[in-house]
Amino acid sequence: MAESKIKIDRLTKVFFKKNSSVTAIRNISLDIKEGEFVCLLGPSGCGKTTILRILAELETPSTGSYSIIPGKAGKPLQSMIFQEQGVIPWMTVQNNVSFGLRMRHASKQELNERTEYYLAKVGLWEFRHLYPSEISGGMKQRVSIARAFANDPEILLMDEPFAALDEQNKFILQEELLSIWEETHKTVVFITHSIDEALLLSDRILLMSAQPGTILREKKIDLPRPRSIELVRSNPQMGKEFVDIWQHLQEAVQQHRDQVL
Amino acid sequence: MMGLLEVVKYMNENSNHIACPESIERLLWRKKVRKTRAFQTLTVISPILLLIIWEILSRTAMIDPRFFPPPTIIIMEFFHLAATGQLFHHVGISLYRILGGFLMGVMPAIILGLLMGMYLPIRYTLTPLVMVLMPIPTLALMPIIIIVFGINDLSKMITIAGSVFFPVLINTVAGVTNIDHIYVDIAKNYGARSKDYFFKIALPGALPMMMEGIQMGQAIALLTIVAAEMIGANSGIGYLIWTKYKTFVLKDMYVGLVLISFFGYLFSLLLRALQRKLIPWQR
Repeated sequence: MAESKIKIDRLTKVFFKKNSSVTAIRNISLDIKEGEFVCLLGPSGCGKTTILRILAELETPSTGSYSIIPGKAGKPLQSMIFQEQGVIPWMTVQNNVSFGLRMRHASKQELNERTEYYLAKVGLWEFRHLYPSEISGGMKQRVSIARAFANDPEILLMDEPFAALDEQNKFILQEELLSIWEETHKTVVFITHSIDEALLLSDRILLMSAQPGTILREKKIDLPRPRSIELVRSNPQMGKEFVDIWQHLQEAVQQHRDQVL
Repeated sequence: MMGLLEVVKYMNENSNHIACPESIERLLWRKKVRKTRAFQTLTVISPILLLIIWEILSRTAMIDPRFFPPPTIIIMEFFHLAATGQLFHHVGISLYRILGGFLMGVMPAIILGLLMGMYLPIRYTLTPLVMVLMPIPTLALMPIIIIVFGINDLSKMITIAGSVFFPVLINTVAGVTNIDHIYVDIAKNYGARSKDYFFKIALPGALPMMMEGIQMGQAIALLTIVAAEMIGANSGIGYLIWTKYKTFVLKDMYVGLVLISFFGYLFSLLLRALQRKLIPWQR
């Protein structure tokens, strides 16, 4: 039985502005095991980004707590893969990938080794001296992925990294991400709007309600790894899961609308 | 009369042969290039044309040649002044003052601008001071500056520094605050410490707007030095312009004006080149 890696206990976040407050998430409790690939799936505004940002220490919870169980000492707890604009425009591809290592002041040897390795892994070695303005959207996301993996964190957080890509690039990058992930099998929390993406990538899908976000349902995806788009698409069980998830999401959005109106 | 393009089209429509699409597109392309070149020659010709018209009008006394000497006379005077060494004396001293004043203004502006941009307490404390001092034209403060620092090059440099300081400061602060918040998040997420944040995020992120501020500063520096030299100097391009105006040797005055225009152009070219070097990531 795998160890727990991320424990979240009744996490709640309220955003307060002037005289009104918005409850982004309410009483989120989760237990994510080591090596699990978990997807948070939900309608817009359901607070999934808020959960991720709290885990990334970019926001603080209002009430509740969370902990990321460290393994070996000295590794950063988490690294985030941001959306496409997250690639720093004034740094070359290489400097972007080595960013985490440089900020941590890692040893020169470790820095060079890991940067080289991941640059090659995402196929950007020949482009390492180019600037982000000179590469395509798909390539920029590869930089983002390489950067997070090169930093060697305990867990990985991914904020809809492929949302801005066209569908074909999306499929390609999803499979690339999986192949890179298979190597180290780190714990991942992944946010997406796309049901297909969640079915392809995750071990577990957590369906969220509309605001205030809570976890409505959990779905285990038991497909064998390594997975491919063809595997998921041609699997009739996955087809049923898709419909089921979609219906749940529609219900959640409808309920929210009924509450509001 | 048919152009080449029309001939090809005619052939297309009226024969059994179909002209190959590449040659049609090539013809269209050449036509476009010719048109662009024609427009470009307009840009070059128009100032020359203007000078020729000026020359003619002045020589024929249709415009008063005492106020508007013909360009050829101005050019000759330019070489005359260069030969006597007067030109280099005035230009040299003006450049010396501009450079000194420019650096004295730009460097504190950048440092303070970055600090104000990064740290809210500093920004909130200093902003009212900046807002109050900025509208005062430094030239108007020149008498006070002269009283404090004396009638010398230093007081001119300080005047220039004062007028360069504010646009560079304001643009630098804006440059830092306008850095997309996602980069701040990324820096935080990947554990950037203060010193790294300053050199790797704040400084390069603010650089584009900072450089625009510096361009503005450079133009203002030139303006200021000319005015400062007109008011209280006995050397320099501004002095040259002013005294020649007063003694009504207008052709010398025009030489001075041309020099200013030239240096303004030169400085902006140099700064653009510097910008391309410092900001290689902009398309």
